[in-house]
Amino acid sequence: MLIPHPLLGLRDSQEFTYLGDASLMNRPDPAGPSAEAEFCDYVFLRDNPAGVHRELWFHEQGDRSWLVVTRNTLTHEILGAELARNLPARGAE
Amino acid sequence: MTRLIGGLIDRTAPLSFSFNGKTYQGFKGDTLASALLANGVQLVGRSFKYHRPRGIFTSGSEEPNALVTLHSGARTEPNTRATVTELFDGLEASSQNHIGPLERDLLAINDRLAPLFAAGFYYKTFMWPRAFWEKLYEPAIRKAAGLGALSTLPDPDTYDKGFLHCDLLVIGGGAAGLTAALTAGRAGASVILADEDFRFGGRLLAESDLLDDSWPSEWVDRTCAELASLPNVRLMPRTTVFGTYDHGIFGAVERVSDHLPPSDEAVRQTLWRITAKRSVLAAGAIERHIPFQDNDRPGIMLAGAMRTYVNRWASAPTRNADDQVAIFTNGDGGHRTALDLLGKGVPVLGVIDTRPDAPVFGKYKVFAGATVTGTKGRLGLQAIQIRQNGQSTWLEAGALGVAGGWNPNVHLASHHRGRPVWDEDRLAFLPPKDGPKGMFPAGAAAGNGATSVALADGMRTAQQALAELGTTAGNIPLPRVTDTPDTQAAYWHVPTTKRAWVDFQNDVTVKDIALAHKENMRPVEHLKRWTTLGMATDQGKTANISALAVMAELTGATIPETGTTIFRPPYTGVSLSVLGGGNTGRHFRPYRLTPTHAWAKVQGAAFTEVGPWMRAQYFPRDGETHWRQTVDREVLSVRKDVGLCDVTTLGKIDVQGPDAAEFLNRVYANTMATLKVGMVRYGLMLREDGHLFDDGTCARLADDHFVVTTTTANAGAVYRHMEFAHQCLWPDLDVQMISTTDAWAQIAVAGPKSRQLLQRIVDGFDLSNEAFPFMACAALTVCGGLRARLFRISFSGELAYEIAVPARYGHALMERLMTLGKDLGVTPYGSEALAVLRIEKGHAAGAELNGQTTAQMLGLGKMVSAKKDSIGAVMSRREGLAQDGRRLVGLLPLEPQSQIPAGSHLFTQGAAQTMQSDQGWVTSSCYSPHLGSYIALGYLENGHDRIGEVITAANPLEGQSFAAKVVSAHFIDPEGGRLRD
Amino acid sequence: MKFSGIKVLKEALTGHKGWKPLWRTPDPKPAYDIIIVGGGGHGLATAYHLAATFGITNIAVLEKGWLGSGNIGRNTTIIRSNYLLPGNQPFYEFSMKLWESQEQDLNFNSMVSQRSIINLAHSDAQRDAYRRRGNAMHLSGADAELLSREQLREMVPFLNFDNARFPIKAGLLQRRAGTARHDGVAWGYARAADMRGVDLIQNCEVTGFDITDGRVTGVQTTRGAIKAGKVGVAVAGSSSRVMAMAGMRLPIESHVLQAFVSEGLKPLIPGVITFGAGHFYVSQSDKGGLVFGGDIDGYNSYAQRGNLPVVEDVAEGGMALMPMIGRARLLRSWGGIMDMSMDGSPIIDRTPLDGLYLNAGWCYGGFKATPASGYCFAHLLATDTPHETATAYRLDRFHRGYVIDEKGVGAQPNLH
Repeated sequence: MLIPHPLLGLRDSQEFTYLGDASLMNRPDPAGPSAEAEFCDYVFLRDNPAGVHRELWFHEQGDRSWLVVTRNTLTHEILGAELARNLPARGAE
Repeated sequence: MTRLIGGLIDRTAPLSFSFNGKTYQGFKGDTLASALLANGVQLVGRSFKYHRPRGIFTSGSEEPNALVTLHSGARTEPNTRATVTELFDGLEASSQNHIGPLERDLLAINDRLAPLFAAGFYYKTFMWPRAFWEKLYEPAIRKAAGLGALSTLPDPDTYDKGFLHCDLLVIGGGAAGLTAALTAGRAGASVILADEDFRFGGRLLAESDLLDDSWPSEWVDRTCAELASLPNVRLMPRTTVFGTYDHGIFGAVERVSDHLPPSDEAVRQTLWRITAKRSVLAAGAIERHIPFQDNDRPGIMLAGAMRTYVNRWASAPTRNADDQVAIFTNGDGGHRTALDLLGKGVPVLGVIDTRPDAPVFGKYKVFAGATVTGTKGRLGLQAIQIRQNGQSTWLEAGALGVAGGWNPNVHLASHHRGRPVWDEDRLAFLPPKDGPKGMFPAGAAAGNGATSVALADGMRTAQQALAELGTTAGNIPLPRVTDTPDTQAAYWHVPTTKRAWVDFQNDVTVKDIALAHKENMRPVEHLKRWTTLGMATDQGKTANISALAVMAELTGATIPETGTTIFRPPYTGVSLSVLGGGNTGRHFRPYRLTPTHAWAKVQGAAFTEVGPWMRAQYFPRDGETHWRQTVDREVLSVRKDVGLCDVTTLGKIDVQGPDAAEFLNRVYANTMATLKVGMVRYGLMLREDGHLFDDGTCARLADDHFVVTTTTANAGAVYRHMEFAHQCLWPDLDVQMISTTDAWAQIAVAGPKSRQLLQRIVDGFDLSNEAFPFMACAALTVCGGLRARLFRISFSGELAYEIAVPARYGHALMERLMTLGKDLGVTPYGSEALAVLRIEKGHAAGAELNGQTTAQMLGLGKMVSAKKDSIGAVMSRREGLAQDGRRLVGLLPLEPQSQIPAGSHLFTQGAAQTMQSDQGWVTSSCYSPHLGSYIALGYLENGHDRIGEVITAANPLEGQSFAAKVVSAHFIDPEGGRLRD
Repeated sequence: MKFSGIKVLKEALTGHKGWKPLWRTPDPKPAYDIIIVGGGGHGLATAYHLAATFGITNIAVLEKGWLGSGNIGRNTTIIRSNYLLPGNQPFYEFSMKLWESQEQDLNFNSMVSQRSIINLAHSDAQRDAYRRRGNAMHLSGADAELLSREQLREMVPFLNFDNARFPIKAGLLQRRAGTARHDGVAWGYARAADMRGVDLIQNCEVTGFDITDGRVTGVQTTRGAIKAGKVGVAVAGSSSRVMAMAGMRLPIESHVLQAFVSEGLKPLIPGVITFGAGHFYVSQSDKGGLVFGGDIDGYNSYAQRGNLPVVEDVAEGGMALMPMIGRARLLRSWGGIMDMSMDGSPIIDRTPLDGLYLNAGWCYGGFKATPASGYCFAHLLATDTPHETATAYRLDRFHRGYVIDEKGVGAQPNLH
């Protein structure tokens, strides 16, 4: 696969390490009243869609950016990639 | 050798080769198959199940029958298709899968027993008695099964890997592929033209239609010459594109020197990963046959293959020059063969055409509305039975060509799981509409196989593909062709009560399909799996479509309703050697070497693999005959004097920025923000699920500057995790980090005399306990100005330091310390002594931090701060983790000289040893020279409350059991006085 | 009809006229006591055990494609019970015992071949980990032996002992492990279930659940609505998709695993061998093909096909471990979709919805579990209590902190 790195252009996916669903950016509030349950949902549960999936890839053998790649899990077609650090608000939603 | 006139062989370059020990002659330009035919050899192999005699059936990579073993010794290459083996001088081939001579294969008994071996028979028997399966039935089956044999020696050849990029990849260099490549090449696009054959031209080399009034090969040569002259075109003959992967990536194998006598120098094959913006699939089509009774004899081949042998290779398909050749066809294609045979002077018995209104194109007999209903000839065809108008006649024939229509080669277009589309007019499956993005089928692969149509289709398709890239490609002059479109009538098999083969290699007959139907194995995937249809080395290239047509007939469904099985890579077999690309033996993975590696080598160190690293394991001295002697000495030297150990492999991460302290506070379970500048703190990192992730030290060199160490194993993972925490969770924190594992050489200087030794290299730095206490750190210079970092940390429990210098000075620093420390008894120690020292001290390492453990289990539960948020803190408090009572303890065997091996399980003394009563396990174990006893660490249920208890450590795997006393994990200096002095 | 050597002989002599369909092709009835969603190995085994072991025969298996088209149709056929953790090992040993009598139980030769498995260790630490595991196997009543380098050299001399990047130090051997003919397993269960009255319904895709007051009462399918007392879902690879129709999110990601087979070769590799320093495991089928695999591709996928890097990685592992296979050719590769769970272990449990039961999360180890998975899921469906070897496979273990993490990599499915 080729991943369209926003800064570096098309890069071979072998340069990257995959983590998983981009919802892992939405870390719950550790001080919330039901923090433990929320953390468990956050860590363990996934939508796991057959279709468009936003997911985290780390450019390990590259510029060490974490990217949010939008990819179709049925076709592997990639619809876009963004720098994770540039994305707005995260945390408990 | 008998040759016909013409052909594309170089008669000035005779080659000699051997088959089954007998020497034959051929010419440059021959394949093994064409040369065998020219020598009158029809019988080349045996079928898989019935061991039926088999000949050459095709002229290409779809060959089901003519599989031979090439070479001998370590280069032995089984299951090689004679039809695509380019002849070279000295080629050595032999037939395979028979016992005794090929002509008298003892396993041919299977053919006599064929009624027993119907589809799926083995699922219904061999079940009694139970124990006989492994002992009797299966060994017999395995011995009979398989095709060729490997040598069992390592492959001696060299392989390579490469990457290519282009605008347009053209797969197949026949009529359509050549015009596609030329169209794109002239337009200036970067083009790769790959063909599995050693000569471009595809069917143009096999047919006799004139191009611009001359032989097609002349146009092919001119076109290839122009393509070769274009700098933007790369011609890749002998290159099979075997798989279509994501985003325009293709796998291809170039057989670089398979066509040359074996050599120890040349690369044999290269694996190419080709990234193409667009591709043209011009992979041609594969002719299908028409099953009829006893249709598998040597001498029966595809009619199109027959044309190839006659036209391209001047090889007649018969054993003797005056043998008659018959053709069986359901369309005009068979008639082409008759005409070409006659043109070459080969006697033609006639064309048996299933069509009652069969046309006549020349001076040969036509049996209209007729079929072939039987054959004779055990080792080679001798006669055929023709049925016409209700009459059956036996006629002598030395070869029979069969033409059942063409199947477009949709393989590569179907690798993305798109389903081929049935075309009733062409009686063929065409490439899927939802094929791989950017792929354009052309020519015969798209169902446009007539020469004139294919030539135009290639050009048009290339223009379309390039238009998507914004390139306008003009027309190229196409040659004039005088072909007429072939017609055919659907005819799938000749009914018979005997066997009519569909899949030759795996011996699947029409009867087997009927049986599958009867037993309700009707879905095409069941058909395939029940009968093994299409599961042979040719993947059913000449069989599958015919088989599903037969099944469709039986079920009454249409062919498209019946559907195809799934096309999967590779298109043809690819050697495992080339897929491995030469990354074998010691080249399997790169070595990471420490800065003192060369130095340690000179010292005679033994090395060990630690992940990708090679680490000095121990440094034997003269007279030491066992590794334990060496390690004991090294350990005692550290405890008594001073030792040096390269600890560069530990991960190092430099963390800087105004928010560095806050950031580290969040990634470490314990508090880091309160760490004073110039001090180091031991740190625990948890995964977000609350389990232990890694441990290490965190040194604060300045308010906004930390250096973090990780375990060797987790260096990469921790760094990735920290970048995740920063970029994905807390990008607002003003902090940056970088891995500096390879930038700094780090040497542990450990032992009571370490301060004394270090004092000799620091540049006026006060190392006194007051000025530089336990857990202090500093940036300083050593050896007269060399930048260094010094950490007073201890893995051994002794007074100890770790000193880091830029990696390129690591070797020199080690030598300097060794020289300056001679009078102090300085001793280098390796990873083995390092492990003993840390077990004696009760420090956790990989075996204790195996990803299944918690801070609590280590006895460090209190380190997980409840006062702040950190990764893993919340989930570390879950019920299952909080209630886990296992704790790290020390274990002393009551017999001091008995080693309790790591991996033993722990039990209350006297308890039954079952999974339910299992109370823990031994993580680490070693001999402690300091205590004069073996010692061990382990996790034990309620371990902290059981100090002094004698328990059982059991190793039933190796028949061992030990009584051991539970003690503190800190075998040495539990108060920590030594490291604070 | 009973299959036997005598029957085969008789049919051979009489022109194979007497064979009957292996199973019927029934139309779905309006209602069943139990519906199993998924006609793969686990679904079929569940149906068989419901009928044969628990005497419940008014059941249907709904399969969206053809029987056995789940991952039982595409795998590397390994059976073994060499696990470490108490949540797993007794279950897999139970499965092994069921394998050992499977052909006789089902009257179908699924070619269970106890050819052994060797897990190779390439470092002291790895050997110690295998010792811990081998001991756990002993504790569960399974067989295990720890082999030295010398013993291994004797047993499998073709491995790379002398020129290896990662030297072979030891091996964990389980002699009772081996392989089975994967399709045969599916067919054996299907036929045996059908014979006991189970309706096996192909080309019937479930498109929704009927849920009333927190209770599942039936399913909607491409062949109409079917009512059910209980519904068991066994659709590994598609679990998230199917359970989403019931409003559930699972601790599962779908990943693609590629597997490979070489062209047929004369017998070469005696049992199953796994490389401990690279991603490669291999056995040789009765037909002669080397059947091998490696790691999952590593990204979420439902595409049932993989990419080239893993193909190369697996081949590199194979060549590093046994350089004699270099001149064999890869014949076919395929990609299957795995339910990769968050701890690498499966789920056999009730769900928050009454009447809905889940069998999922088999990662890429589901094949060997087929008999026990079927047995235990049937046990749960029939009795509403978990089988004693499957008590740890609860859905709430993640939240409560009782994960069964053999590899110790945490909630990262692509590392399990």
